[in-house]
Amino acid sequence: MWFRERVSRRGLLWGGLSAAGGSVMLAGGSSLAQSSHSGHGEAAAVSPAIPSDHSSGHGAMTTVGEVDDERNGFDPAKLLTDWETGTVSTLSDGRKLRTFEVEAVDREIEIAPGVMFPAWTYNGRVPGPALRATEGERLRIVFRNLGSHPHSMHFHGIHSARMDGVPGAGLIDPGDEFVYEFDARPFGCHLYHCHALPLKRHIHKGMYGLFVIDPDPALHPEHEEIARSRLLGTPENVQWQEFAMVMNAFDTNFDNENEVYAVNTIAHAYMKRPITIARDRPVRIYLANVIEFDPINSFHLHGNFFDYFEQGTTLTPTLKTVDLITQVQAQRGILEFTYGEHEPGLYMFHPHQSEFTELGWVGMFNVVETVA
Amino acid sequence: MSEAPRAPAADPTPALAQRRLPLLWLLLPLAALGLAIAWLITADPLKNFSNGAPPVESLTFERTILSSDGIRVLVRAGGSQPMSIAQVQVDDAYWQFTQEPAGPLDRGATAWLHIPYPWTLGEAHAINVVTNTGATFAHEIAVAVPTPTRDATSLVSQAMLGLFVGLVPVVIGMMFYPALRGVGRNGMNFLLALTVGLLAFLAVDATAEAFELAGEAAALFQGQAMVVLAAAAAFLLLMAAGRRDGAPTGLALASFIALGIGLHNLGEGLAIGAAFAAGAAGLGSFLVLGFMLHNITEGIGISAPLLKKRPPIWIFAALALLAGGPAVIGLWLGSLAYAPQWSALALAIGAGAIAQVIVEVTAYLMRSDGRGSIALTSPATIAGLVGGSALMYITAMLVKL
Repeated sequence: MWFRERVSRRGLLWGGLSAAGGSVMLAGGSSLAQSSHSGHGEAAAVSPAIPSDHSSGHGAMTTVGEVDDERNGFDPAKLLTDWETGTVSTLSDGRKLRTFEVEAVDREIEIAPGVMFPAWTYNGRVPGPALRATEGERLRIVFRNLGSHPHSMHFHGIHSARMDGVPGAGLIDPGDEFVYEFDARPFGCHLYHCHALPLKRHIHKGMYGLFVIDPDPALHPEHEEIARSRLLGTPENVQWQEFAMVMNAFDTNFDNENEVYAVNTIAHAYMKRPITIARDRPVRIYLANVIEFDPINSFHLHGNFFDYFEQGTTLTPTLKTVDLITQVQAQRGILEFTYGEHEPGLYMFHPHQSEFTELGWVGMFNVVETVA
Repeated sequence: MSEAPRAPAADPTPALAQRRLPLLWLLLPLAALGLAIAWLITADPLKNFSNGAPPVESLTFERTILSSDGIRVLVRAGGSQPMSIAQVQVDDAYWQFTQEPAGPLDRGATAWLHIPYPWTLGEAHAINVVTNTGATFAHEIAVAVPTPTRDATSLVSQAMLGLFVGLVPVVIGMMFYPALRGVGRNGMNFLLALTVGLLAFLAVDATAEAFELAGEAAALFQGQAMVVLAAAAAFLLLMAAGRRDGAPTGLALASFIALGIGLHNLGEGLAIGAAFAAGAAGLGSFLVLGFMLHNITEGIGISAPLLKKRPPIWIFAALALLAGGPAVIGLWLGSLAYAPQWSALALAIGAGAIAQVIVEVTAYLMRSDGRGSIALTSPATIAGLVGGSALMYITAMLVKL
């Protein structure tokens, strides 16, 4: 079999002669190899073409250019804190009714500089709007399908079969409308996604988003303070620097392998523009993994450890003092940490699958003394 | 060489109008073509075929240069529309790169991508170009070694390699000349048939390699058709040139044999030079020895038509240079400006030239024998044919893997 591998005679000759050793040849060959080796260090260390100062942190490993956030219609820096709280009214029984409006829209988005992806979106953005409600509220999600394929919203939460967003229960054709209605429970960090078939294609085309239910402090007297800090808008909550992060990926050539990995869609977005955090205020990340094709994703924080609340359904950590967590698809949780005792600087975060990191899913926290 | 299609010649009729008619028949189809193009562009009657699908994209990697400042690749676009390179991955990592010239690549256009990637000597690397539509085009660097640069040292060492595989064996083969001079009719038939046998082997070898390289070239070159057309054109041109003053014999025939072998060696040299650039793995000095054994037969073949003459020594030198020298030129060109389509073209022309020589040597054999086609089936001829091709085949085992 060995000679069937087509290394033809022209291919072998080069090695043949260098081994045969025209002394000239040998001298020439080795000096070339040497120079190339000594050259590498310089090339990697200097990387003069990247202008910004944090570039030395990742050297030449980067996507080239800038994504046009304006054309995309969403800015990864703003996605972090852009919670969709809907509109709130009061029902006849005194309960709160929270209404969200979501539209499925086909949209071409730029997921890495110059790389366009024909996405299916909720409200024109990927990930879809980060819906945020409070435990015990009645939720009403008005869903309109303006896309070219049947879509749905399948919520990870407690609801009836009729509201499940699967075929026959809230999966609607283009042009149709459906209203999902259920109670907001259990509290935690959840997600929603399209459950139309084929599922893989509908998810990886961009149809997913965070669905966060904050705990009602009145229902958790034993941890009322903690619950209050989780409830959006309370004075305790304002102390926290909260970020919404969805780990996603895109198969741009549709070969069932991802070409671009990211958190919140845009490759290297938080590498090129690090996320600023004030040193003296705690950080809370609502993190979910939605990638297709790869069985697992992860989150690793540099220079620090964090507490982890699996699916966010508890008020005490399910994992204490870790610097790495793993998530399969649809797994999610809450990370809490502080850089209060650190010196200011750039702290990296990325999955500890080096491949994902090098294909775009990597970012930086820029820890500063105070935020202007 | 090739003429544009013309309308059929008109009958010689006296009437002026009749004589102008052919011109009209020439203009009419051209006008129709112009109208069709104008209609296609303005009215877009085929717009129903634009189904929203992204344009067809194609990217071919023609050269790879590894140096101390990273990797350079020459790519050729072959898309249905100008295509844009958005990002470059090396070993599944997005890497900084520059494109020269920048901007979208028209169909057939080339650009250099410079990637400052710290490649590792002797290991494999994979380049993956991502276009703006998300399509990907992969290129494997099987073994990373520094690409020879355009300095005197590497040019000299390549020339030495070319001389060893091209010129030296031909000269050694020619040194059999005095020993062969005394041969009789059967001996002559054997030697000429031996020449035909070795040429037949080279023709098959050159054609196969030309097709293989053509497969690596960008689709727009239509490599397969190019190889066939180039080989046929070379064959016909050389046949016509050779037969201007009757069938070539003696020195003229030897020159044609040397030219055919030289063209083959040029193509080989291009490919070997490309292997320099691509850094294929080495096995040892026996390969060069194998190459020399392999090519010695070529020297015998060139000498065979000269056995009845007594040419001066410089004629031999010139023939050896014609047959072996192109290997050096091929090596230089191949390592400095390699692209698969040029190597395929050179090998195809070589194959055509060799086919011409096969015809002429066979004709010469029949004439010098005096018995015509019966000579072709004489035991000495058959033995020579089998011996020549077998010798080439067996010595090729030393250099092919």
